[in-house]
Amino acid sequence: MAELTYRDAVIRGIAQEMSRDSDVVFLGEDVGKSGGVFKATVGLFEQFGPVRVRDTPISEQAILGAAMGAAMTGLKPIAEIMFSDFFAVCFDYIANEFAKSRYMSNGQLKCPLVVRTGNGGGARFGAQHSQSVENWCMMIPGLKVVAPSNPRDVIGLMAAAVRDPDPVIFFEHKSLYPTKGEVPDGEIVDTLGSAKIVRPGKDATIIALALMVPRALAAAEKLKSEHGIDCEVVDARSLVPLDTQTILGSVSRTHRLFTVEENPRLCGWGAEIVSIVADEAFYELDGPPVRITTPHIPLPAADVLEDMALPSVERIADRVRRSLQS
Amino acid sequence: MATIQDRAPASQASLNDDIGEEKRLAMYRMQVEIREAEQRAFDLFLQNLVKGTSHLSLGQEAVAAGFATAMRPGDLSFCTYRGHAHTLARGVPIAKVLGELMQRDTGLMRGKGGSMHLTSVDHGVMGSYAIIGAHLPIACGAAWRAQYKGQKDVTVCFFGDGTTNIGAFHEALNFAAVWKLPVVFVCENNLYMEYTPIGDVTAVQHPAADRAASYGLERIIVDGNDADAVYRAATTAYDKARAGHGPSLIECLTYRHSGHSRADPAKYRPEGELERWKQRDPIKIYRERLKQFGVGDDVIARIDADVRKQVDEATEQCKAAPPPSPDILTSDVYADGGFAWRN
Repeated sequence: MAELTYRDAVIRGIAQEMSRDSDVVFLGEDVGKSGGVFKATVGLFEQFGPVRVRDTPISEQAILGAAMGAAMTGLKPIAEIMFSDFFAVCFDYIANEFAKSRYMSNGQLKCPLVVRTGNGGGARFGAQHSQSVENWCMMIPGLKVVAPSNPRDVIGLMAAAVRDPDPVIFFEHKSLYPTKGEVPDGEIVDTLGSAKIVRPGKDATIIALALMVPRALAAAEKLKSEHGIDCEVVDARSLVPLDTQTILGSVSRTHRLFTVEENPRLCGWGAEIVSIVADEAFYELDGPPVRITTPHIPLPAADVLEDMALPSVERIADRVRRSLQS
Repeated sequence: MATIQDRAPASQASLNDDIGEEKRLAMYRMQVEIREAEQRAFDLFLQNLVKGTSHLSLGQEAVAAGFATAMRPGDLSFCTYRGHAHTLARGVPIAKVLGELMQRDTGLMRGKGGSMHLTSVDHGVMGSYAIIGAHLPIACGAAWRAQYKGQKDVTVCFFGDGTTNIGAFHEALNFAAVWKLPVVFVCENNLYMEYTPIGDVTAVQHPAADRAASYGLERIIVDGNDADAVYRAATTAYDKARAGHGPSLIECLTYRHSGHSRADPAKYRPEGELERWKQRDPIKIYRERLKQFGVGDDVIARIDADVRKQVDEATEQCKAAPPPSPDILTSDVYADGGFAWRN
């Protein structure tokens, strides 16, 4: 057991899989010699060499296209798109190409690849380098979508993503890179499609993802200590596949549902979860489900404004308390 | 100034028998097969038996035949939505292609892909791509795998002149050149970007060849209506790729006899242009070529009749085949064979 940053967990996760399987290759902008703009790939170039860890031009379409062609023909590429906002310049591959090739070819084509990307706000980068775009990917049939919230999950879900036979979009949260967590020694392999109850509780279920998980946990502690409200916090971890059983099970015990989403409100993943709970566990609910989200705005750069936009510990706690006490 | 549209390229044919009769007969047969199958697809569309859209390669048969004949088993083809010709040229049975166009359960992808997405991995046809330019980077990836694993196959990527103005073209060319990938990019310049003359929307006269220098590549223009010229250019490029000397970009000058897609009567073409190009019909050119090499009229006639019979038989087979089975609607979204996104 060792304490590791989320950033170092990315390095360890990739290294674990590259050591295990020589078909795993890694490409992206500045990922090799420079160790990545977030320093989340430091040492991989030295460890695995220039043939397996490849610096690319600023050509996001070429990066994802090349990853797809390599995956179709026998490699297991990990491709980095530096900021998830840049998905918009290579979205054809995400939405039209590797998500659909298996279906369109009636199962002839395969695409076992991982696209890892820096997602989310908090770094004061403004509207084009701060977005949470997991919902852009969740809606596309053929993709799997994961977003770990802690170092241990980074390694385990990275391993699961690399070993998965489908294309996986792996959202790393930029504001989580410096955060630390306990990580066991040895190989870690997790499963895609499993949510985790990270804090048991009896009064309400809070579903969160990535950076919103530590915030939901802090809000739950605040609600407990200040108001005696005991919240269960579920880390969704994987949006596709979605672990609805864990979510429905939690709601059937607490009878209240809150989602905490960093994405702007419209069509956020929480809406899908609320819809599922409304369809399948309506009579378990003691009150209306509540979505706590970023408003329907582009993210501002200034710290005071960005802090107002993203769901904060205070906003989460306040919203849950007002709902439960009304 | 003469535009590219005015110039039918001169044949570079010679009586140099470097190709040999067996391959020549195969290339002729392939061109006739593509011509007959495409013409049949058009006829079946008029009978409402081919649905959706289709983009025919009538007039462009020599490009597909030349490049495919020069390939080895294991080489990979990446095609566009105008991909029937390249699919047939790799040996995919006519009934499989027509079956897909006719949306039958016996089609190449059992009706799940359609005309624009023909794929036959067993034949090295790694897909037909309907988003302009998308497959050039994908072809780079397939070639990267060959380079990484030390495999000697070549990846060949076909696209139209319109593709040269989209970003993915330029990203892929630079990427392939920098990584020295064993990939051959083939621009089928049929002079029209959908409905617009390519010269009206492109800053250079030769949309692919004139860009080659930007990526440190040789400027190559081939008479795309002469299968022998195409075959020779292909062989040179494949040899270069297999030797580890990197990519090639080849511009084949050709002309499509029909419109862009089934919906297009191609009325935008200047009077006489189609007729001029039909003088240089690749099949007509190749019949003459075979005769120059002493192949008898009877041999040619036998091939023509045989292919027609094959296309007729394939048509009847497809007409009799059932529509796609409903149980495949949700199959193969994910690798487990299904479409489950939740537990």
